[in-house]
Amino acid sequence: MADQAHAAPLPQAARAPRRVNLSWLGVAPFILFTALFLIFPIFYLINGAFRTAEGAFTLENLIALTGPEIWPSYWLSIRLSFASALLGGIFGTLLAWAVHLGGLPGWVKRAFLTFSGVASNFAGVPLAFAFIATLGRLGLVTLILRDVFGINIYGQGFTLFSFWGLAITYLYFQLPLMMLLMMPAMEGLRPEWREAAASLGASGGQFWRMVALPVLAPSALGCFLLLFANAFGTLATVYALTSANFPVVPIVLFQQIRGNVLYNPNLGYALALGMVLIMALSNTLYFLLRNRAERWRK
Amino acid sequence: MTRFPFFASLVALLCAAFFLIPLAATINFSLRMKRGEISLEAYRWVFQDDTFVSVLGFSAAASLAAILLGALLVVPTAYWVQLKLPAMRPVTEFLSLMPLIIPPVVLVFGYVRIYGTSSILPLTMSDAGTNLLLIIGYTVLSLPYMYRAVDNGMSAIDVATLTEAAESLGASRLRTIATVIFPNVRSAIMSGAFLTFSISLGEFVITSLLNRPAFGPYLVQMGQDYAYQPAALAIMAFAFTWACMALMDLFATRRPGQGLLPFLRRKNA
Repeated sequence: MADQAHAAPLPQAARAPRRVNLSWLGVAPFILFTALFLIFPIFYLINGAFRTAEGAFTLENLIALTGPEIWPSYWLSIRLSFASALLGGIFGTLLAWAVHLGGLPGWVKRAFLTFSGVASNFAGVPLAFAFIATLGRLGLVTLILRDVFGINIYGQGFTLFSFWGLAITYLYFQLPLMMLLMMPAMEGLRPEWREAAASLGASGGQFWRMVALPVLAPSALGCFLLLFANAFGTLATVYALTSANFPVVPIVLFQQIRGNVLYNPNLGYALALGMVLIMALSNTLYFLLRNRAERWRK
Repeated sequence: MTRFPFFASLVALLCAAFFLIPLAATINFSLRMKRGEISLEAYRWVFQDDTFVSVLGFSAAASLAAILLGALLVVPTAYWVQLKLPAMRPVTEFLSLMPLIIPPVVLVFGYVRIYGTSSILPLTMSDAGTNLLLIIGYTVLSLPYMYRAVDNGMSAIDVATLTEAAESLGASRLRTIATVIFPNVRSAIMSGAFLTFSISLGEFVITSLLNRPAFGPYLVQMGQDYAYQPAALAIMAFAFTWACMALMDLFATRRPGQGLLPFLRRKNA
């Protein structure tokens, strides 16, 4: 023991940790803050998801997620997020293409970019109000369709407070977000590639199928995943639109916190864990695909 | 070959219609409060509502506090990481991006459980404590944007040289941050601040679950109780978002670099 202590160069060993510690102090407030209000709450929920009410380890809560009580909300959330992300993804990509490569004047692109910056941040309760005024029972579009075109969409079973009504409402922030996210990829499509393809005898269709789409695909897929997560975490819009009567996962969790709908906080923890896992998975894939897409933008 | 871009025009027109029709419908609806005539009655009603003024004041105060807390937290950290601990950069960056992965409802669920009645730090026991928790929640929500904005601003200046210069003139560390670094990243902070403001002013989930008399829950209540006033509020919210985005863009550093929000970069493209 004594020999070992002598073997180590003591003064150096004592000095090195102190220098490191002092530097660490500079980020200590930030680390402490994120630990207290970001990491610790999440760990608390994750830990709780694996416990019974008495504190014993269990997988029951996670298994209960797939049961008839919870699974329908997850499935609804997944389908709704998928639908709105798919619509947003397709139209956002088309719009990015149209304004950048479609041969439209430059002011059109600038106008859409400016508007999209605002619209992608315009979510929550006011967005719900705007769509009630548009597609609600007395909304402008509903009335015009009825009075001018003789189409009574509510008579045909559409309501704004349903799956597709919500998907269309989400589209208002999903589409501009997708366009903004896809724009760098569109700008990364070099004109030289098109010329090179043309000089090798490729038609326009071949260029898109064999060059442009493979280059754009990782970006598009990654952005789709980001849109999916974006929709999955949306709460305020649904809440304001349907008065909390639409059981997507965030709403179920919201009501659980409000007043123990599930009678079991540990099941609530599992619900939260499931949300975090889905969000983390789609965001991680987004970052991976984004890095892959950036290969072409050097 | 100057062919008319038919398909692109169609896409652009359809999208423009999808963006503009809801706005037009909302404006139209907000002006119809008096039967048979166009009036600003709904707006007048909203501004005369005492609750509107008080909740707006509360939310604005909480948002400003969140901006202050965020700046105090992020500026020294980003500075220190860049100057002394470059190895920590991935860690702080990851932590600052985490709120994008954690939905607010999950975050506040954790807060309610941990800082609730029977904990070591029972913040929700008092009004002041709950308000503090609300401000903290807003700060966490805006952390990704604030950190990215400040970090980008910090990368654009030579932090090390500026610090050495300040120190060789005898400035203390605190003075260096306050009088040399801070003014250099002020526009970055401002751009983060406007985004924070627009995120937290009408925030609903955290506010509502902490039972604060703020703007978000008021909006939802209005939507349940009235018809025309919500449309007026939506138009005002849209205008407010627009103003915040424009101001953010104005202050955003126009240097090329990886921005979290792509439209920050667009201006120089």
